[in-house]
Amino acid sequence: MEPFKILKGKTVPLDRVNIDTDQIIPKQFLKRIERTGFGEFLFNDWRFNNDGSLKKDFILNKDIYRSSSILLTGDNFGSGSSREHAAWALYDYGFRSILAPSFADIFYNNCFQNGLLPIILPKEKIIDLIDESINNDGLELTIDLESQVIFNINLEINIKFDIDPYRKYCMLNGLDNIGLTLQHIDKIEKFEKLKN
Amino acid sequence: MVNNNPKTLLDKIWESHVVYEEESQPSILYVDLHLIHEVTTPQAFEGLRLAGRKVRRPDLTVATADHNTPTWDRAKPITDPISKQQLTTLSENCKEFGITLYDMNHPLQGIVHVIGPEQGYTRPGMVIVCGDSHTSTHGAFGSLAFGIGTSEVEHVLATQTLRQFKPKSMEIRVDGSLGFGVTAKDVILGIIGKIGVAGATGYAVEYTGEVIRSLSMESRMTICNMSIEAGGRAGMVAPDKTTFQYIEGRTNAPKGEEFDKSIEKWSSLNTDVGAEYDKLVCVSGDDIEPYVTWGTNPGMVVPVTEVIPDPEFFDNLQEKESAARALKYMGLKSGTPISEIAIDRVFIGSCTNSRIEDLEAAALIIQGRRVNANVSAMVVPGSYAVKKEAENLGIDKIFKDAGFDWREAGCSMCLGMNPDILDPGERCASTSNRNFEGRQGKGGRTHLVSPQMAAAAAIAGHFVDVRDW
Repeated sequence: MEPFKILKGKTVPLDRVNIDTDQIIPKQFLKRIERTGFGEFLFNDWRFNNDGSLKKDFILNKDIYRSSSILLTGDNFGSGSSREHAAWALYDYGFRSILAPSFADIFYNNCFQNGLLPIILPKEKIIDLIDESINNDGLELTIDLESQVIFNINLEINIKFDIDPYRKYCMLNGLDNIGLTLQHIDKIEKFEKLKN
Repeated sequence: MVNNNPKTLLDKIWESHVVYEEESQPSILYVDLHLIHEVTTPQAFEGLRLAGRKVRRPDLTVATADHNTPTWDRAKPITDPISKQQLTTLSENCKEFGITLYDMNHPLQGIVHVIGPEQGYTRPGMVIVCGDSHTSTHGAFGSLAFGIGTSEVEHVLATQTLRQFKPKSMEIRVDGSLGFGVTAKDVILGIIGKIGVAGATGYAVEYTGEVIRSLSMESRMTICNMSIEAGGRAGMVAPDKTTFQYIEGRTNAPKGEEFDKSIEKWSSLNTDVGAEYDKLVCVSGDDIEPYVTWGTNPGMVVPVTEVIPDPEFFDNLQEKESAARALKYMGLKSGTPISEIAIDRVFIGSCTNSRIEDLEAAALIIQGRRVNANVSAMVVPGSYAVKKEAENLGIDKIFKDAGFDWREAGCSMCLGMNPDILDPGERCASTSNRNFEGRQGKGGRTHLVSPQMAAAAAIAGHFVDVRDW
């Protein structure tokens, strides 16, 4: 996993609530056995017409938002299916961080396993950022994970955010959870002996 | 250090599975049963191979092929080469790592959340995980069961543990009794309608109260199954006599003296008097009616006696927009009575409602009648064992005589990864768990209902109140 330290990128506002993982990556694309290549199918039914052409009115398809790496969205993002393909698709498309008032649990966990940083901000802050993003044709933000702050170039925006210290540590260092757990293999063995 | 404070069921299971914990870090939690299927595991096995790791406990891992499997005659070839590759990959991985597999030609194959309990793998007090959000189903046995992503699947394969923060606890108490024609599906749809699709996010839910106690294991599984649709990490019911009776005699369950000892142990798996939950929700069973979802998430639900709501009456701008978008997608107008909505398809199946009790209940409704000429209806049993039992009871004949398609076991049109999908614009009364946009096929319109409600709609061609049937 790539370490996540500082991200400078453009935002795209997807102002909807309860976006489920079936929308993020529809089921017909879950049949692949690789982790990569899901980006082209991200939000497939919202991005593409039946003939494969782009739906021009969908926000991700607007030219000014094409190179965005920060997604601004509504409550309960990533609800529904546990498919990690949703996190893979967002990452593969180019997103590195998602800002929302709340996330669904399994999706939230999946993001951290893939170097995709989900940040929970108060609803009013998200609404302000969405407005700013629309008014400025894609607001440019910097996310500094080490100091847990989001800001723009003139510091008119300067938002502190919370993150669990363990998850932060793993993200900053791009750490593999399995490797960390295997450091405790003696305790797992002992637990299994006691259990039997 | 012994802690004698009153504990919740969640506390008891959690504490007995912590392998290691350090302050401000997620606990390392031991996993007793790891269920796997073809969709969310290929990348996990590949990760193991790349890192030169083994499956730590193949004996605690059970695999089934369920999501991609066609429900037509199994002798026919799989037409989708990518589906086929995913199924082949699962078979090869199970062979390489020594994991028991219920593949599509296995006589006991079925949906992972149906065969786990049915074959006696699922038992009280366990920590059970699976790369599937409906793993919450197994909590009906008083286990802590939850869905995980593929990276976590790899973590469990390699270590037989998971790193987890303890969820908060929520009690959902359903007192009173259920009226005629009201089912477990209506209980959970009613709960989701009340608390919302994120109402239980961050919580493990324990269902309690007279109504839950009176329910069969099948019904408890239906309720726990859809806990995730309210955002819940897990759903649980403390085990009791009903639970023990269900488990007794199942193939992989403890036998004889060991079973008696297990009951003794399992009987302590309940929330102590005086233990506190982080949140309490009370529902009266008497107020629950047969429900029908009208929108694009399971919280968009009303009793069958009502009309399609007006987005203007929703709380805030986002909710209003969300409701308006849902109505547009669903092709529905505010004010239309639910009973006037005509349907094209009926799907009876899925890990929510495909067990023998569900099929029996639906069969009672349709016995001696014919599926409406405008409706195409299908039944997909949750497993081969369910299918066989239904055939022994003659239930298959009731469905077939009524004009239903009687299919082979699998997830089928709950998510349409196999060839069973809705065409764009088709409207379906479905006993599954998700009415998301495109879930059952691009442009398809899903209404979630109980098996009885789905069966009645198949006959009538539109929704009807089963209480008047």
